[in-house]
Amino acid sequence: MTTTQARRDARALKQSRVARIVTHLAILVGVVLSIFPFYWLVVMATNTTAEIFGYPPKLIFGTHLFENIGHVLAAIDLFGALGNTLFVALSCTVLVMFFDSLAAFAFAKFEFPFRRTLFAVLLATFMIPAQLSLVPNFVVMSQLGWIGSFQALIIPGAANAFGIFLLRQLAAGAIPDELVEAARIDGAGFFRTYFQVAVPMLRGGLAFLGIFTFIGAWNDYIWPLIVLVDPKRQTLQVALAQLSSIYGTDYGMVMAGALISVVPLIGVFLIGSRHFIANIAAGAVKG
Amino acid sequence: MTTSPLTTRRPVSALKRYWPQYLAISPFYILFLVFGLFPIVFSLYISLHDWDGIGTMKWVGLAQFQYLLVDPRFWNAVSNTFIIWFMSTIPMLFFALVIAVLLHQNIRSKGFYRVAYFMPNVTSMVAMALVFGSVFSDTFGIVNSALKSLSLDTVPWLTSDWGIKTTIAVMVIWRFTGYNAIIYLAGLQAISSDVYDAAKMDGAGTARIFAQVTIPMLRPVILFTVITSTIGGLSLFTEPQVLLGNTGGPNESGMTIVLYQYNQAFTQFDFGYGSAIGWALFVIAALFAAINWWLVSERTGTKKWGRTK
Repeated sequence: MTTTQARRDARALKQSRVARIVTHLAILVGVVLSIFPFYWLVVMATNTTAEIFGYPPKLIFGTHLFENIGHVLAAIDLFGALGNTLFVALSCTVLVMFFDSLAAFAFAKFEFPFRRTLFAVLLATFMIPAQLSLVPNFVVMSQLGWIGSFQALIIPGAANAFGIFLLRQLAAGAIPDELVEAARIDGAGFFRTYFQVAVPMLRGGLAFLGIFTFIGAWNDYIWPLIVLVDPKRQTLQVALAQLSSIYGTDYGMVMAGALISVVPLIGVFLIGSRHFIANIAAGAVKG
Repeated sequence: MTTSPLTTRRPVSALKRYWPQYLAISPFYILFLVFGLFPIVFSLYISLHDWDGIGTMKWVGLAQFQYLLVDPRFWNAVSNTFIIWFMSTIPMLFFALVIAVLLHQNIRSKGFYRVAYFMPNVTSMVAMALVFGSVFSDTFGIVNSALKSLSLDTVPWLTSDWGIKTTIAVMVIWRFTGYNAIIYLAGLQAISSDVYDAAKMDGAGTARIFAQVTIPMLRPVILFTVITSTIGGLSLFTEPQVLLGNTGGPNESGMTIVLYQYNQAFTQFDFGYGSAIGWALFVIAALFAAINWWLVSERTGTKKWGRTK
């Protein structure tokens, strides 16, 4: 009896081990597919165009990265575009974090006339695709004299429904009513309570929103493409697209530019990745 | 919630009393009025005119919309958008679910896998469109090189109708499968183990549990992913524009609705028609929002399973 039991256990163990190996293999195939384009980007950015075009093509890293970057710098003001993108993305991030958390705190912890109606309006704006207003927004920008300027990229998105909704959900649970009440009794006004009570308790959500906004602003393409009319004042995405349309077949050079546009983003993501992923998932499950 | 009596107060004193709160929420509403609501109304006005954006506006009534209804290029863009949406969304959500179920099994280094799967979603789309353009290049691409080395026929990925649509769909699938998998994984982790235990007690097998417990309980999360991929699919622009240019490649096989709007308004300087296309997009999006809303309001039907909160 005990021997059959032991044999059965052994078989079950073996089966589960096989299942585990199959599971891991399947997951690894997916990981390879996810990572491969990044790998390929580095391969192309570090090889000469002739090597990339050869048959069979080169499949491993080369040694021509700096040479390729040199070609990019000779063709376009890559660091200027990098600086512009950094400025725009950071400005958006700071403004969104501030305005969204301020509104979220008011919605989550205070009762005021029309609160529900105003919040419903905010949610409804989610459904409007941004692309609907490309043409009229361009006209608005030209009336304001903002065509070609960075405030055209920064101001319209300085507060958004997504972040307010997200932080409101977090604030409702994370900030105890007693603390808000205690601050009021101590004579602290709304804004002092916001800075001294709400901001510290919303740190996690704010970090997530910051990374999310930064990545979104960094990647924005269609709007800067339309609004930034001066070829010398571009963001990285638009400059990169221009580089490729002019020097399309010089892969080594174009991919060196592409690599520079990707690396800072991956860096920001990896620094905050654990937290970032947990928050995206939580937002979707609650939403 | 700090509740304060506010029932019979006059508006003026309410404003006096609650001004910090109104001030706190005002940036969003001011920005929405100026850069959201006003442009929507204004775009309707523009769409009733013939206008190049600089000269005088000429009133044409509904002529732009009449033209839109019979414009084969517009309908080609609509059909392309939907075909690419189908070709990308169905495999994407299917693979995402598979990955989520696999990751949900008790395996080690889950953190590493999650980061790896999520990475495609945080990268610059322009850069990645360039990478995919080279990977799928007709003559030099690694995909065709691989096909050649296996002595198979090469595929004109960037010059044929289905090749173009497939390449764009592959880019979308690559970018969003991991993202959706992470969301499904969170959904799976939110299902209480009691539910599974109860189903097992009733003698349900693994397949039946998956079909009759897991899937129904994931329904709200699946809906969320369907909604986000609908919005994403309707606003597809960067991939075809970077890959194929402003006309969407040969025979406009990669022309999407937003790309056509951009093309008409900002390369042909036909602001009136561009606005009309924007409104057509709005109608399509509203239709989908209504369908989604109807589906979401059905969500209450799944409540009986008792989600853990």
